[in-house]
Amino acid sequence: MKLQNFLTSLVIVGGLMGMPVQAQSDLAAAEKGKTAFVQNGCWQCHGFSGQGGVAGAKLAPEPKPLEFYNVFVRYSNGPMPPYSAKVLSNQDLSDIHAYLKYIPKGLDYKSIPLLNQ
Amino acid sequence: MADDRETQTAVGRRHFLGGVIASGAATAGAVLAPAAQAAEPKPTKPAVLPPSAHGAAAETGVPPDLGRIKGTPGSDFMVDVIKSLDIKYVPSNCASSFRALHESLIDYGGNTQPEFLTCMHEESAVAMAHGYFKIAGKPLLTLCHGTVGLQHASMAMYNAWCDRVPVIVVGGNDTDAAYRPPGVPTFHAAQDINAMVRDYTKWDDAPVSLQHFSQSFIRAYKIAMTPPYGPVAISLDAALQMAPVHPHAGQMPYIPRYVPTSPPQGDSGAVKEAARLLALADNPVIVADRSARTPAGIALLVELAELLQAKVIDQGSRMNFPRTHYLNSPAAAVANADVILGLELSDFWATVNSYTDNGDNDGHGVNATRIKPNTKLISINAVDLITKSNYQDFQRFQVIDVQMAADAQATLPALIEAVKSAISKDRLDAIAKRAEAAKKAFAEEQVRTRTAAALGWEASPISTARLVMETFDAVKHLDWSLVASEGNVSNWPNRLWPMEKHHHWIGRSGGYGVGYGAPASVGAALANRDLGRFSVSIQSDGDLMYAPGVLWTAAKHKIPLLSVMHNNRGYHQEVMHIQRLANFRNRKVNLDGDMGPVGTSIEKPDIEYHKLAESMGWWAKGPIKDAAALRVALKEAVEVVKSGHPALLNVWTQPR
Repeated sequence: MKLQNFLTSLVIVGGLMGMPVQAQSDLAAAEKGKTAFVQNGCWQCHGFSGQGGVAGAKLAPEPKPLEFYNVFVRYSNGPMPPYSAKVLSNQDLSDIHAYLKYIPKGLDYKSIPLLNQ
Repeated sequence: MADDRETQTAVGRRHFLGGVIASGAATAGAVLAPAAQAAEPKPTKPAVLPPSAHGAAAETGVPPDLGRIKGTPGSDFMVDVIKSLDIKYVPSNCASSFRALHESLIDYGGNTQPEFLTCMHEESAVAMAHGYFKIAGKPLLTLCHGTVGLQHASMAMYNAWCDRVPVIVVGGNDTDAAYRPPGVPTFHAAQDINAMVRDYTKWDDAPVSLQHFSQSFIRAYKIAMTPPYGPVAISLDAALQMAPVHPHAGQMPYIPRYVPTSPPQGDSGAVKEAARLLALADNPVIVADRSARTPAGIALLVELAELLQAKVIDQGSRMNFPRTHYLNSPAAAVANADVILGLELSDFWATVNSYTDNGDNDGHGVNATRIKPNTKLISINAVDLITKSNYQDFQRFQVIDVQMAADAQATLPALIEAVKSAISKDRLDAIAKRAEAAKKAFAEEQVRTRTAAALGWEASPISTARLVMETFDAVKHLDWSLVASEGNVSNWPNRLWPMEKHHHWIGRSGGYGVGYGAPASVGAALANRDLGRFSVSIQSDGDLMYAPGVLWTAAKHKIPLLSVMHNNRGYHQEVMHIQRLANFRNRKVNLDGDMGPVGTSIEKPDIEYHKLAESMGWWAKGPIKDAAALRVALKEAVEVVKSGHPALLNVWTQPR
C-alpha cells in the first residue's frame, strides 16, 4: 500500500533525522493504526483510505477528534455497528485515529479534470 | 378417444420403440443366456469371411435416405411459429429433450431468426435474454433441458420476474412415461415440470398438440409482452417435437396472428384525483423505478416533472430521468414532500421508511418513517395486477392514498393532461419558484458528489469513483451503453455519468440473484452490437464466478463488450454482514489470515480473471492496481472492443 510505505519511510527517516520524540511516537502509532484499521474491518465500509462511500461515512482526511470516536465507536446505534473495548481496545482505537490523522488531504475535485466534464 | 393423428403417432412410436426393445432383447440374449448359447450349433465356417457385395456396400457406401420419420417433423412447424414472431436469437445450452427442435432450428430454419447461441449454463442463457430485452425491447427465446435445465435456469427467471422482463423459456420434457427412453431422460422428465417456476412466471403451459403449441406460443409471447412484462414458460413434449405434422379434423395446424395487447391505463377518476393532489402540492416529489419502459417514457416523465417543477428521484431499475436535469434529486428529497407520486416502484415502503440493521428489537433492527405526517402517496404500478403469494417480491405493505393498478408509462399522458387542467393560474408563481430552488439544490448536490468522489482519488487499490470515471473518460466519445454495474461501486455511475438516453443505463438484476451481471451484460451487448452501440460493464468478481462460461459465449459469437472489473476480492456485502454480527455479539471476527471474515474473501489464491477471460477468447489485462495503468489499459481495450471483440480489465479496487 502506498500509504503504508509512506508511513514506514517516515518512521525510519524520522528516527534517522532526529525527529522529535512525540512526532516519532505519533508516526509509530499511525503505523500500528493502519494495521488495526484493516484487522478490525474499518476498511470494509470506509475504504482503505477512510474515504467513505455508500456503506460508511468519510473518516479521513481531517478526522473528527479522538474524543468523538471514543464515544461513537463504542455506542453507535445506527448503521455503524458498535465496537466494544473487548473487540477493539482503547489503544487500537487511538492508533487508528493516529493513522487517520496521517492520511494526507487529497485533491480538490476542481483540480481533477475527470470530475469536471 | 384417439383421432387419426394420435393413432398414427402412437403406432409410429410403438413400432420404433418396439424395434429398439426387440433389438436390445436380442443383444441381451446373446450375452446373458448361456443356455441358449449352448444350444446353438457349432460354426461350420471360419469366423472371418470376405464380405458380400451387399455387405461391403453397406459398410463403405453412402447410406440411402433413411427416411425413418415420415412427413414434416412437428418441430419444423414449431420453427415456423417461432419465426412468425421475429425472435432474433435463441441463447441455449443444448440438451436431448429438445433435440428435435434444435435440429429444426439450425437445419430447417437455417439458424437465422432465431440464431442459436451456444451457452454453457441455462442461467446464463436466461440472463442473456434478460439483458438483451432491456436494450432491444424484444424478448428472446431460450431452450432448457427438462428438470435439471429448468432448475439451472430458475434463478435467472426469478431475476427476470422481479425486474419485469419478458423471457420466453421453452423446456423440453418427455411426458409419456410408458414410451419415453429409460434412465437419464426419465430422470429429466417431470409430471408438471413448470411447477418449479410457476410462482415467478406470468403464465405457463404444456401443449399436447402442434395446434396447441402454436396457440400457446403466441399466447405466451403476448402475455410476456403485456405490461407488466414477465417471463413465461412452455414445457415442450419431446414426442410432440418428433411427431409429423398432420391434419386434425381435416385441417393442418395454423399459426395465429400476433396482435399486441394494450397496456393497462389508470382509471380516469383516479388519474383526476392524483392530478388534483399534485397540482395543489407545495412540494410534490416523483419517484420512478421502472417507469420508462421505452425511450418515450423518459420524455413523458420530464414533461410531468417540469409541469409541476417536481423533484424526481430515479431509483434506477431503468433509465427514467436524465441525470443532468436540475430536477434530478437524491433519495432524501422525499423528506420534505407533501405529495409523493411513485411510478412502478418495486418497494414503496422502503421509499418512505428507513430500516436500520442495528441489532435492536431482538435483532430485527429499527424502522422509522422518512416522510412528514400526512404526506399523500400516489402509486401507479402495473405489478399490482400480477401479485402472487409465495415469493415476497411485492415487499412490505404500504398504505397508499391513490393507488392505480396500471402501467405508469401508459398512464402518464392522461395524467399530464389532467395536471394541466388542475393547475390554477394562482399556482403558477409558486411552481416557478420551485424551479429556482431545485436548480440551486441540484448545483449543490453536484458539488457534494464530486467532492466525495475526489476522496481517495489517488489511492491504491483504485477507488471506485476513480474506476468509474476513468472508464467513462475512455468511452464518452462513443454511443455508450452501461449494461451492468455489479458489486456496488457506491452508485458512482448514476451519480457522475451524464446519463440521458434510455440505453445509457439498463438497471440491475431485479431479484438481486448474484450471477446476473456477466450474462446480462453479454445479452445487452449483443443487442447493442446490432444497433451499432458501444457496451461497457462494471463487472464484479463474485458475480463473474457464478457462471463464467458466458465469456466463451461472447467470444464465440463475437459480441463486443468492455468489461471493467470491480475486483474487491470478496463477497463484500457479506464481509460487512459478518463483521456487523460479530460486533453485535461482542466477538472478535475470525479472519484466519484473510482481509474479510472467514467464508467471505476471494483471495489466496487471487483469481486471475484476465487469464480466465483470455482462455475463453477475450482480450484481457490485469491485475491493474493503479490508475495510471488503468488509463493506458482502457485505451487499448476500447480499441479492441471497437474492432468487434470482447475485452476485460481485471482491476483491483477499494471495497465500495
